[in-house]
Amino acid sequence: MDKPLVIASSPHIRAEMSTQKIMANVIGALIPAGLASIYFFGPRAAAIVAVCVASCVISEAAWQKLSGGKITVSDLSATLTGLLLAYNLPPSVPLWMGAIGGVFAMIIVKHFFGGLGQNIVNPALAGRAVMLSCWPVAMTTWTTPWVDGVSGPTPLAVIKLSGGALPRLADMFIGRIGGCIGETSSIALLLGGAYLIWKGIISWRIPAVYIITVAVLSALFGRSGGPVVEILSGGLILGAFFMATDYATCPMTPPGQIVFAFGCGLIASLIRTFGGYPEGVSYSILIMNLAVPIIDRLTPPRVLGEAKRHASK
Amino acid sequence: MSLATFRGGIHPPGSKFMTENKEIEMLVPKGELVYPMSQHLGAPCVPIVKKGDRVLTGQKIADTDAFVSAPIMSSVSGTVKDIGNRMTISGALETCVIVESDGLFEHGASLLPHRDFRELEPAECVKIIREAGIVGMGGATFPTHVKLSPPPGKKIKWIIVNGAECEPFLSCDNRLMIEHPEPIIGGLEICLHIFPEAEGIIAVENNKPEAIRRLTGELSEHGANIRVAPHDVKYPQGAEKMLILTVTGQEIPPGALPAEVGCLVLNVSTLTHIWHAVTDGTPVLDRVVSVAGDAVASPKNIIAPLGTSVRELVDAAGGFSREPARILSGGPMMGISMRSIDVPIVKGTSGILALSPKYAPTFDESNCIRCGRCITACPMGLWPSELDKAVRLRQYSNFEQNGGMNCIECGSCTYVCPSRRFLTQTCRDGKAGVMAERVKQKGIGAK
Repeated sequence: MDKPLVIASSPHIRAEMSTQKIMANVIGALIPAGLASIYFFGPRAAAIVAVCVASCVISEAAWQKLSGGKITVSDLSATLTGLLLAYNLPPSVPLWMGAIGGVFAMIIVKHFFGGLGQNIVNPALAGRAVMLSCWPVAMTTWTTPWVDGVSGPTPLAVIKLSGGALPRLADMFIGRIGGCIGETSSIALLLGGAYLIWKGIISWRIPAVYIITVAVLSALFGRSGGPVVEILSGGLILGAFFMATDYATCPMTPPGQIVFAFGCGLIASLIRTFGGYPEGVSYSILIMNLAVPIIDRLTPPRVLGEAKRHASK
Repeated sequence: MSLATFRGGIHPPGSKFMTENKEIEMLVPKGELVYPMSQHLGAPCVPIVKKGDRVLTGQKIADTDAFVSAPIMSSVSGTVKDIGNRMTISGALETCVIVESDGLFEHGASLLPHRDFRELEPAECVKIIREAGIVGMGGATFPTHVKLSPPPGKKIKWIIVNGAECEPFLSCDNRLMIEHPEPIIGGLEICLHIFPEAEGIIAVENNKPEAIRRLTGELSEHGANIRVAPHDVKYPQGAEKMLILTVTGQEIPPGALPAEVGCLVLNVSTLTHIWHAVTDGTPVLDRVVSVAGDAVASPKNIIAPLGTSVRELVDAAGGFSREPARILSGGPMMGISMRSIDVPIVKGTSGILALSPKYAPTFDESNCIRCGRCITACPMGLWPSELDKAVRLRQYSNFEQNGGMNCIECGSCTYVCPSRRFLTQTCRDGKAGVMAERVKQKGIGAK
């Protein structure tokens, strides 16, 4: 025993799963959808992903360097934000816009609020929301896959404007429809989502409650497409599995997560049906993000023995 | 088949393979033995021998009048070499009696043997257990005679034998159940003699099939109101509150003792000592220690006299096979990291583990990502990340309101935290902070 012994408080062993491994798993789960987007939208989809990821990683590193903090880009959370931002952009968006969205997401939404785990809204979605209000035309121009340079409406726009025919369900399922690059392929996203649930990285609660709420409410609201079209359209699957489940901006306890997911489903359905935009997934999550602190406060876990004590007295 | 269990908990690698098939070996200590005056929860003992006195094996060398305490015996015969400060497992200096062994193990009759314990009054049994210095041998070291004296009006319905041994690496209880099931059942029968209306339940995690088989086999010859209850493997199954919940479905109210819900939990090794104390008149002189870890050359289970140096146990297990990063007393989840191996084993030393940096890495903390794993892991239904926040902001009243005082320090939250935050440690700090505030307020009230 040459070296001094480590004196530390218990426990002395730790589980394998680290923040970096969690982020890497989520990134891995998004790869099928990324490959689908390159297949349907061409190399431009890859360019958007590359620009957004680079923008987020560089912004985070630059901010941490300038503010004298520890550079933590190796935890891969900035990479994940860049990826999610890119997946929420239309295929024809100018690349420089994506870069600005990334800077906004990282610096203003994430680091102004304290960095990893401290931000109150989802950085990728807030970045997208800012881009949508700055450049509304570029952010709502949808190119149809397979038909170069031709723009056409997304399924939700078809429903909203009651014009044109809906694409075939099979096309919606595999992702051969108009939309943001990472949101169209339902099958690829479901694969990734199932992987995350299997690995225990996300729970089934938020995606299941969110999607079921949208399906039920759209039927109640009498929307023309029917529940299956509502589920496969727009960003619902991407949002339900990958955005609403963001640890930092969703409630931490199971009951809180159910309340949160129901709220997301309600707001998304209201916007889709009665709002000015055809799609409401992004805003539903952003709005519910703001409700997380109060949901957390109202849904703490039950301390062992506590309720029983009240019952017996 | 899914068995009853508790909420939360974790599944760390058991790492029991190193020691679970190793028969208990006896160690005869050389040289001096060191007996710290505080080997139990409660008031420390005071030496009742002087330097130069000759002592016999089993002779009481330290005691106190305090109720919550337990006397200490010499585990060898020899001469009191010194009474003074020595380093103990915690790293602190404590008053110790140091006995130079003469190697003869000459017994002095300190307790009377009672071949048939049924002839004794329950109160006499409890008195013998106190005089034998028996404490919770699972590691908590709560004096057993105090446990066996529940507040009047509390009816004991279940006596639960804790054979869960949920800490990774440790096999000392498992080996006792396999090799010596009779004294465990005998000890339980003594406890049932004290509480005749209670039912005896031996709770064993089902990763110990041999122990379950041996105990069940032994029970067929005793019958009566004792049964073996296997349960699923999950840490911290052996924690008192978790074990009671699993076995009886009862939740202990915050701050209350098991007697509140009619339970009494005793470790298998404690029962072994109860049996030997009552029937043979042998007080607590030794204990089984698992010496294990990936930095130990040949891990084994050793029965050693109390006061033996940890170094002798490590040597008996072949010494270190590689440079250990941490040496622990107890298991890797709740054990204490030691500064030196030149310290004595005490009543609560269930294991000595030497772990390489691979098994016990050191991490830096990073930001909480709010993943909620700590909430899922906490068997007490607490919110560790929020408690951590409160403690770091010195908001002790907030910590207390959110149930922080219920923390059992099992370490599950820290184990699962992907940001490697020291959640268990901040809970310990929070509990200490609340206690300090209470003292301060009492002080102000008194003036």
